[in-house]
Amino acid sequence: MKRLILSLLFLLPLSAQATIDAFEFSDPEYETRFHQLNHVLRCPKCQNQNISDSDAPLAADLRHEVYRMLEEGRSDDQVVDFMVTRYGDFVLYRPRVNSMTWVLWYGPYVLLGIGIFVIVLISHKRRKSASETHQSKSKPDPVTTTGTLDAGLSPEEAARLKKLLQQDSDT
Amino acid sequence: MILPELGTYSLILALCLSILLAVVPLAGASRGNTLWMGFGRPLSKGMFLFTLVSFICLCWAFLDNDFSVVYVASNSNSALPWYYRLSAVWGGHEGSLLLWVLIMSGWTLAVAVKSRNLPTDIVARVLGVMGLVSIGFYLFILLTSSPFERYLPGYPVEGADLNPLLQDFGLIVHPPMLYMGYVGFAVSFAFAIAALLSGRLDAAWARWSRPWTSVAWAFLTLGIALGSWWAYYELGWGGWWFWDPVENASLLPWLAGTALMHSLAVTEKRGVFKSWTVLLAIFAFSLSLLGAFLVRSGVLTSVHAFAADPDRGLFILVMLVVVIGGSLLLYALRAGQMKSESSFSLLSRESMLLVNNVILVVACAMVLLGTIYPLIVDALGLGKLSVGPPYFNALFNPMALLLMLALGVGTVTRWRQTGFRHLLQRLWLPALLSLPLGVGSAWLYSGEFEPWVVLSLCLSWWVVLTGLGELYNRVRHRSEKLRGLLSQSRSYYGMQLAHLGVAVAVVGVAFVSYYTEQRDLRMLPGDTLTFRDYTFVFEGSRHVEGPNFTADQGRIQVLYKGQPYAQMSPEKRLYTARGMVMTEAAINPGFTRDLYVALGEPLENGAWAVRMQYKPYVRWIWLGALLMTAGGLLAASDPRYRKRRRTETATA
Amino acid sequence: MSKRKLVVFIPLLVFLLLVGFFGVGLYLDPRELPSELAKHQRPVPDFTLPSVTDPSRIVTQDDLKGEVSLLNVWATWCPTCKEEHDFLNILALEQGVRIFGINYKDDPVKAREWLRRYKDPYQLVILDESGKLGLDMGVYGAPETYVLDAEGRIRYRHVGAVDANVWHKLQQVMASVEQEQQSGEGL
Repeated sequence: MKRLILSLLFLLPLSAQATIDAFEFSDPEYETRFHQLNHVLRCPKCQNQNISDSDAPLAADLRHEVYRMLEEGRSDDQVVDFMVTRYGDFVLYRPRVNSMTWVLWYGPYVLLGIGIFVIVLISHKRRKSASETHQSKSKPDPVTTTGTLDAGLSPEEAARLKKLLQQDSDT
Repeated sequence: MILPELGTYSLILALCLSILLAVVPLAGASRGNTLWMGFGRPLSKGMFLFTLVSFICLCWAFLDNDFSVVYVASNSNSALPWYYRLSAVWGGHEGSLLLWVLIMSGWTLAVAVKSRNLPTDIVARVLGVMGLVSIGFYLFILLTSSPFERYLPGYPVEGADLNPLLQDFGLIVHPPMLYMGYVGFAVSFAFAIAALLSGRLDAAWARWSRPWTSVAWAFLTLGIALGSWWAYYELGWGGWWFWDPVENASLLPWLAGTALMHSLAVTEKRGVFKSWTVLLAIFAFSLSLLGAFLVRSGVLTSVHAFAADPDRGLFILVMLVVVIGGSLLLYALRAGQMKSESSFSLLSRESMLLVNNVILVVACAMVLLGTIYPLIVDALGLGKLSVGPPYFNALFNPMALLLMLALGVGTVTRWRQTGFRHLLQRLWLPALLSLPLGVGSAWLYSGEFEPWVVLSLCLSWWVVLTGLGELYNRVRHRSEKLRGLLSQSRSYYGMQLAHLGVAVAVVGVAFVSYYTEQRDLRMLPGDTLTFRDYTFVFEGSRHVEGPNFTADQGRIQVLYKGQPYAQMSPEKRLYTARGMVMTEAAINPGFTRDLYVALGEPLENGAWAVRMQYKPYVRWIWLGALLMTAGGLLAASDPRYRKRRRTETATA
Repeated sequence: MSKRKLVVFIPLLVFLLLVGFFGVGLYLDPRELPSELAKHQRPVPDFTLPSVTDPSRIVTQDDLKGEVSLLNVWATWCPTCKEEHDFLNILALEQGVRIFGINYKDDPVKAREWLRRYKDPYQLVILDESGKLGLDMGVYGAPETYVLDAEGRIRYRHVGAVDANVWHKLQQVMASVEQEQQSGEGL
């Protein structure tokens, strides 16, 4: 069945080329809205194209409807509703914000917040534990990090190490 | 001609070698057997050689017009120019997979050859892991997607021709560069797995990994840019990015790879974030594999997708479970052994790079979520919905701008700890200058205040100024400034160049997104249209013949300030073999703007529906990407990666 | 320490969840669109169009009411429609299934000739030359076959040719719609 649908659709010209409509608009603002709406509405039968870019006859029909509705003075929401009533949410490239798409729209921001929080947490914890180990140490431990230096080195060695570290702090 | 069979046979040999490569060196590494470990290099060479032979056999079949081979007959035609016949090799699913394994074995060879200064067991493990991944692909080709299938006994006299959309320079360069990037991340992946397997999780692993990651990332950047550029001039509407699932499939590893590169820097220098960096390395390559799955399984709809086949999809899915699932399991089991003890404060380069990572990884997760959300909703039986550019742009753009802000701050932040006063001291001037420069450049162009454009420009200036400021700061104490400039490492300049590339690309994106002007109109011969200082005069159309097409060619004379400036010739082509009609847009490229003309349908009386666009600074997008590519390659070429350090610093 | 142990398993678990979705997704068709009108059981949109076979006759949505029936969208330029036509003939002419037709964006002369040559299984064929009725119904690719209930509401849509398998499914839908109607009437 999938094959049949696929073969049917392949028989129609499927080049990804725009059909250019030469519509005349009574108001230049309509033309702007026309293009904007065409980019937001999905062609129901195409392989992921909006109705602006699609060559399909159905897309041309839908563009014509958009033009007609704009000339009738309808709002963008009304045009969108017209399309959604007939083709469902599938035809909207901008998913509506409802309980089903909450994760989609807000999830990334939540993640971002968690990430920043983790950064703050880690840097705080690291500082704390580093200063604790530093205080609790009685003998110098040469195997720890480049961060904690102490009196295990002679003054010349310390100076040399400091110079090396400054060089190292470049990229 | 038995070449196609030779191709299959050679591929089987390559498979056998990949199996040996996966088993012997890894076993040798775990047993400490130097002989076995030593097999890694020769096995890699052999695997590459046989894969190359197989690839050449397919190329020959195309050049020779051997239509008894199904794949050749479906994708070629004797009227097709030779250079397209050759690139048609990777124009379809089966052949592109052969290109993939060729590049994979090529990278494996590169690692084998260029790793003289690495410990033997690490090389053995890295090659072994690459062999392991290769097995999956060889099996996939041989069992489900062989390009060498034959139409015997009766075969077509003529081929079905390559899809006209693909008959373009873009096909010659875009897939190879893209695959170089995708597959290149397998090297970082292999290094990460080798580190996990050996338990040797010190920072040295990061240093070895870095140049390989930078090169892979550079190629992927180039590949994506080429794809964008190709879509722009080929697909007839002047768009350069559509957030299409296949495009997203290439962006996902790129985002993870960028995060990886930055994380590797921290791990190399400071020995921290080791387990996080390993995880990122696994993610980057996993996303490459995931991309391959999404594009070839039919799970998502796309204009760019290969023909869908659920059985093939199932095979790749199993491969994903084995490779990605296996590596994530290994990670979960071994990650606990990695401890970082270095500390850093909230205001430090470590933190800023963590911010970079968080933003990039969240952006990556967001793109992934948006791409597969329709699938998830459908799989849960909740209906059909679409997620497209409005969603992606709404979420991605703010994150990108946030990243640029962090970029500027991170450039001047010191490792481990930076005083707030020090930061202020370095940043007040760039901050102060970015605002008027940003607002000024936006105003200069358009005379109006468009918030997103102004913000983007300010941040681009911010990135450039902080970079310059940092460079100035490095050399200002030196007595010989020039010497100071020359003594900075390639790695450093690579970074500066790549960051500059980001700023340049963002400028291009901002201008093209908000200030593109478009007119669709009916034009009779003699009609004119004026955009800014350019006047387009439609002179009519004529008939032309191409090698494998016939076309109606429109002729447009362009005047600049009244003087003759250019001739533009958009075409409407009919490719005879497939009966496909295609629009070839005419583009007059420029550094500050592109002029774009495309023909629609012919109307009565010799009139045509014509689309004209004025696209400011669109080339800056790809220029920025080229700068990023150059930066990545420059950084990778830094000689310090090739020196074997005489004294190993004990970075735990 | 143990919290970290669990956290490191998160990537693996998220991945396995994704694999689950992908596995299911392999057997779904992302391009298949269920009918929005059927989802809300909306009636066939109001229309006033001529019949193809008898141009003087005007058809409206009321002509489609009365009993559970099929509404088939077809055209002479659609090859798949030709494929399913024989089966529709069997259904209508041998099994007495009530089928209405919408001739979608087509030439009425060609349509009449087609029906004459290949037999006419339709009770009525609506001439939708402009495609407006199709658009109002959410048609996106001929052939499409809708199940209508007795009040002329759309209950189900199948996109693609109707064959024995599809007919089986359509029968099931029609039967359940009938049953619902009868139990409603019995109340």
